[in-house]
Amino acid sequence: MNVVIVGCGRTGAFLAELLNQGGDTVSIVDVERSAFNRLPSDFKGTPVLGDGTDMDILRQAGIAAADAFLSLTQGDNRNLMAAQIAKKIFGVQQVFAKVNDPIRANTYRGQGIYTFSRTTILGTLLHAVLSGDKTIGPNLMREAMKHDEELSAQLPDVSR
Amino acid sequence: MYFVVAGGGAVGYHLSKALLESGHEVMIIERDRKRALWIEEQLGSVVINAPADEGRYQIQAGCQRADAVLAVTGDDEDNLIISQLAKLKCGANRVIARVNNPKNEIVFKAMGIDETLSSTRVLMGVIEQELPTGGFMPLMPLTGSHLELIEAEIAAGTPPAGQEVRSLGLPPGSLIGGIVRKGEILHAHGDTTLEVGDRIIVFAPTAAEQDVRKALFG
Repeated sequence: MNVVIVGCGRTGAFLAELLNQGGDTVSIVDVERSAFNRLPSDFKGTPVLGDGTDMDILRQAGIAAADAFLSLTQGDNRNLMAAQIAKKIFGVQQVFAKVNDPIRANTYRGQGIYTFSRTTILGTLLHAVLSGDKTIGPNLMREAMKHDEELSAQLPDVSR
Repeated sequence: MYFVVAGGGAVGYHLSKALLESGHEVMIIERDRKRALWIEEQLGSVVINAPADEGRYQIQAGCQRADAVLAVTGDDEDNLIISQLAKLKCGANRVIARVNNPKNEIVFKAMGIDETLSSTRVLMGVIEQELPTGGFMPLMPLTGSHLELIEAEIAAGTPPAGQEVRSLGLPPGSLIGGIVRKGEILHAHGDTTLEVGDRIIVFAPTAAEQDVRKALFG
């Protein structure tokens, strides 16, 4: 699967590496060169420096051949704009946008863009754990904690 | 008329001031508290201190009954979402968006925002009209279409000089509306021969502007 990610923050960099390890082809776009420091040194995907709402930069990232597109920057509007470009101009099949405002997330969900808000996802997960839900909560928590462990094991031990 | 102005920066402020002075009603939505207070001191109670990209504040400002919503912040992504929400959530009658990066005009149109204004483009138009050289002036976009109006002067040594209109090689969907020769207007028939110094008016798809330029200047 070919995947284009916009925003090399914590989530973007983490997801890029997960996909990479699973054998997918990933390019990741960010305006800040230093953001790519979050990627592991043996990252096999393609970092692309530039604005993720600029069609030329997205072309450079290989959006024309992308099966999935995710916009994960800190700006809701930037994510929604990038996602709409991916969907409506380049016709990417699966399009995701991180939208922290639940109302805006809901408005754009009907337009073929899978929007999700950290507020509702994290809130729902925590609520499931607290209320003793036996399926969603524990499974997701276990998977996430496994990744936490893997990530912290990658860091050099500076205590010695 | 009643206007909602989203974004009280330099453009939003001066635009609102001008609209108020010509007798219109205005409501500005400005996110920054200090800026909103300053605008209130200057223009009176015509400002809401809130983010313009949230539906409830758009409704509070009256986007649903405004004659036009003007999205004029300095960020294209904000102007796009403000415009879309005003249409989707408030059913605004008319939305006009400021586009800072001229490339985004195409993006906005593909996303249902037909009326855009690019300050870069407007300035380029003015500068090109002032400059004696060039001879190629995009005059204005035509509202409600993907077309624009271009004026060009036939210069010596360019491909159209001495050619018939039909052999110009203009992009599909474009049309010569008329030829101004020695101050007189002529019909542009297929067999009309263009002369150096003629000024032609071309209707062309906005996306094909560069192709028109190429056909006329090589």
